[in-house]
Amino acid sequence: MDTTTLERFSLNGSEDVVRVRLAVRTWMRANGFTLLQQTKMVTATSEMTRNCVTHGGGGSAELQQLRDGERLGLRLRVADQGPGIADLPLALQGGHSTTGCLGLGLSGSKQLVDDFEITAEPGKGTQVHITQWR
Amino acid sequence: MPTTPQQSIDQIFTHHEPAILEGWMCEQVAALTSRQDLMSTAALRTQSQAFLALFTLACRDGGLVDITGTPWAPVLDFLADLSSQRAKLGFTPSETATFVFSLKQPVFARVREELGADVGTLVDDLWGMNVLLDKLGLYTMELYLKSRETVIKHQQLDMLELSTPVLNLWQDILAVPLIGTLDSSRMQAVMENLLGAIAKQGSPIAIVDITGVSAVDTEVAQHLLKTAAAARLMGAQCIISGISAPIAQTMVALGVPFGSVDTRATLADALAQAFAQTHRQVVVMEPQAY
Repeated sequence: MDTTTLERFSLNGSEDVVRVRLAVRTWMRANGFTLLQQTKMVTATSEMTRNCVTHGGGGSAELQQLRDGERLGLRLRVADQGPGIADLPLALQGGHSTTGCLGLGLSGSKQLVDDFEITAEPGKGTQVHITQWR
Repeated sequence: MPTTPQQSIDQIFTHHEPAILEGWMCEQVAALTSRQDLMSTAALRTQSQAFLALFTLACRDGGLVDITGTPWAPVLDFLADLSSQRAKLGFTPSETATFVFSLKQPVFARVREELGADVGTLVDDLWGMNVLLDKLGLYTMELYLKSRETVIKHQQLDMLELSTPVLNLWQDILAVPLIGTLDSSRMQAVMENLLGAIAKQGSPIAIVDITGVSAVDTEVAQHLLKTAAAARLMGAQCIISGISAPIAQTMVALGVPFGSVDTRATLADALAQAFAQTHRQVVVMEPQAY
């Protein structure tokens, strides 16, 4: 599988969330992803980058193009140096929030994209990879 | 008599200003061919000429090393105006920086012609000039970025103001069309405007249309749910319209509990629903012969 880095972002505020989202949508539209695939990936991107900004204290994101034979995919990697997640299985169940929001971002995003990987050990920051295939 | 870099640079600028200006114009025009829509060559020439005059004076009085002194103030002011003007006109950062950096080539060429034989002075002069122009170029960039930030901040404020009007769609029916990117501060403004209008007019129905919203994530969804709940507390019913098929599927996958809120696919559907609930009927008239 070939991986090419498309763009890197630093995430510090909600305007950065919008920037990454826009880059995701623009690239997917140009590469023939369906409107549904775009909307799902854009929404998951929004959740992950916003988590990074609100809960992780900011971090960085990277967009990668994946090519596996005929298949074309887009992967977003988001990383922060924040507190991590104390109870990851609980956070992934959905409907659980420590900060008064809906608590659906993680669990929901997992449903939205094709691949979802997360590591979030307490004290070691959070790293999320989400991938949407065409 | 050996000359200092400053003296020889002075002489070069004083004696060859027209030639340097010509060379500089060529460089700039070549670099900005695509931007003649933003600025005419004549205007660029006037600007370049004015800068060279100030620059020559500052070199003579202020030396080539320290650009923070009083003699350099007019040059820095000039560059400040230039960068904010270019930021507003829509020049890119490199196009803006080109103004100063493209001066290097004609100046260096002239210095080489004048001092070609004297290698020691030549190197000193070129180095001094290079450092000086780099400083001015960086100064220009810094100010350019500052002006851009100001422009962006103003635009954000404008957007906030513009994007949250509450419309009186019909008697008893309010509507808020949402467009673009929704963040917490905008949603807060929407909620306040809408609840204010409900209180003032006693409208029983408010339609929030999200057709123009680029992405609905859980944060936006939560704001919409809160707005609907607050409206309900005030005795008004909130209908959220403009939910496209991809957004509907995304919301279901996210698990957002929209079940408690009235939603419609289009604004027209929402209006029909609002008419029905306020006991109104839309009647299609028979065509009349005139």
